[in-house]
Amino acid sequence: MKKIISILLFCLLFTSKLFALIEVDITRGNLDPLPIAVSPLHVDVKSEDYKDLKIKELGSDISKIIENNFRRTGLFNPLKKEAFVQKPDIAHLKPRFEDWRLIKAQALITGKLLIKNDKLKVEFRLWDLAAAQEMTALAFTTTPSNWRRVAHIISDKIYERLTGEEGYFDTRIIYVAESGPKNQRVKKLAIMDQDGSNTKYLTLGNELVLTPRFNPTNQMVTYMSYFRNMPRVYLLDIETGTQEIVGNFPGMTFAPRFSPDGKKIIMSFAKDGNSDIYTMDLESRLVERITEHSSIDTSPSFSPDGKFIAFNSDRSGLQQIYVMRSDGTNVKRITFGKGIYGTPVWSPRGDLIAFTKMHKGRFYIGVMRTDGTGERLLTENYYQEAPSWSPNGRVLVFYRETKAGEKGAGFSAKLWSIDITGYNERKLATKTDASDPSWSSLLSK
Amino acid sequence: MVKSLFYSVSFHALMILITFLTLPFMLREPIDLPPIVSVELIQISDKTSIPFAPKARKIIEETKKKEDDRVVSEQAPPAAKAKEKPDRIPLPNDKKEKKEIVKKKQNPEEIKPQIRQSSEFEKKELVDTNQIAALIDKAKEVEAVQKIDDNKITQSTQKNSFASGLTLSEEDALRAQIFGCWSVPLGLPYDQNLLVRIKLQLKKDGTIMKSEILDHERMNRPGQKFYKVLAESALRAVRLCQPLKVPPTGYDKWKNLQLNFNPTEMLKG
Repeated sequence: MKKIISILLFCLLFTSKLFALIEVDITRGNLDPLPIAVSPLHVDVKSEDYKDLKIKELGSDISKIIENNFRRTGLFNPLKKEAFVQKPDIAHLKPRFEDWRLIKAQALITGKLLIKNDKLKVEFRLWDLAAAQEMTALAFTTTPSNWRRVAHIISDKIYERLTGEEGYFDTRIIYVAESGPKNQRVKKLAIMDQDGSNTKYLTLGNELVLTPRFNPTNQMVTYMSYFRNMPRVYLLDIETGTQEIVGNFPGMTFAPRFSPDGKKIIMSFAKDGNSDIYTMDLESRLVERITEHSSIDTSPSFSPDGKFIAFNSDRSGLQQIYVMRSDGTNVKRITFGKGIYGTPVWSPRGDLIAFTKMHKGRFYIGVMRTDGTGERLLTENYYQEAPSWSPNGRVLVFYRETKAGEKGAGFSAKLWSIDITGYNERKLATKTDASDPSWSSLLSK
Repeated sequence: MVKSLFYSVSFHALMILITFLTLPFMLREPIDLPPIVSVELIQISDKTSIPFAPKARKIIEETKKKEDDRVVSEQAPPAAKAKEKPDRIPLPNDKKEKKEIVKKKQNPEEIKPQIRQSSEFEKKELVDTNQIAALIDKAKEVEAVQKIDDNKITQSTQKNSFASGLTLSEEDALRAQIFGCWSVPLGLPYDQNLLVRIKLQLKKDGTIMKSEILDHERMNRPGQKFYKVLAESALRAVRLCQPLKVPPTGYDKWKNLQLNFNPTEMLKG
């Protein structure tokens, strides 16, 4: 009995303590980008020379790439290196957290690299400065010429650790590189890293190329090219450079895209003068008709689970966006706003659809939920089109054209990126004018 | 026959008498007793004023001294007045009935005879309608406060001010400090329940002795990456903010403190 009473008393004591606890709700914070310090990677003294690589500068070069990646996200604020107190070699072993906190950094990246036997070994650590502890640490071994990719992979790992989302730095963007006056444009297929470096041209420019699209599962690209004024759909393996013709299609063919598993392509082409949506199995080359309507149906895009297709159609008068099952049934209109909607692209996360909207002579890039609700117009301009998602579904890349003056003077087309929040609009650095971008999935997946 | 007539007459007479005696009482309206409004007058500055910096305090003290020399206690009267306030409340009488009814509506449960005895209503003072009006207003406030309490609104402001916690300004100071230190991870989804509760054990100077995430097992569950990121950012904020701006007194009250970090509103906006 005494025991029970003492237990009861104890419980009472405990509850009274519980109620006495003061609670404070914190519902706001600052939205400034997270201050992060990227220390140059320490180059091991035992490192050997490798071809024409400047090994001594490699450490700071890698850190610069990481820094630039982070700055472009708009979520991080890499601090200036002049303020760093600790040297890279010591910082990597055990940073003096007070010194780094002093310059208001909240996270610190340190690293070390070694080139030996023609192999590059890079290790890095991410430190939480407030808690004075390591958050993550990894090491990679690769060929030294791959050092840029190593920097991107490190960026991805850190981004994922600090935001909870997958990164998108170890990726590439394929686009149509344009040059020459407006009436005589030369269009070549080009590919670059997402930060604008390593640009390569994949076609010579004697044929018109259009709408390159990445396969979501690997580094294959499908695009259209006009050969003797006949549209052809091509498949291109970026790693090997081999190309093959998928088929000749009659009339106007538009915008081939891969299915999420990469086994089919979906496109629209005109048969008997009416544009409808078709899929083609890449193995069997069998073509299947998906829509059968007297209106013009174009720009199909699969949902990431492959169960639905978004497309645009003028069956209700003006061009609007529709969603249907992948077998063509259950067609539902999802946009009802004023203006013309086009180029729907399903986010890799599956939660949003990006689109282009034209209203009163202005072009908008926007996103909405897959049922058409929650429309958000992210950016508005004279002419912009063709949004493509980053693999984590957080950033969109699109192209924007300026108004041409007389005889096509002053005309330019550039790639831009924007966050799905509508913030952080940035011009991508391309060597020439560019249009029709498509973002690849993560290379290191 | 005579006997029964006598009984009848006497009973009837008794009935008439009783009726005669009690009827006026029944017709008379019950005496409306005024509700007791307990008004506690606190000088707000005592609790909430932020201490001046040493230099500023010196200057203020000097100027105060000078003022004291010149004017004979300028500050005293308002305080004295305030204390007198309850004394001036008039005795209830028929003239004041209307106003008293209003009071009754506002605060009926406070009519307690025991309290009435000890109340200061007995003191005879001048009737001052302004004072009564002021009292009514006060009564309204008291009632409003009680209502909030009854509704059990869970917002921390109410919880803390009336339970055991910090004053509003103390809480605001602490909150504002943490707002500044907390870099909200911007990539978080806004449609998930992402409430992070951190329990702190503080030293007297506001530095942190112990910090604990209350749902820390959720951090390592698969698919809770965002929660982990948020929890870490919250913990970082608390550590960066050290020492926390806690009141100089009442250490026992705030030595254990719980902070609820909820970014949903921000992420939506």
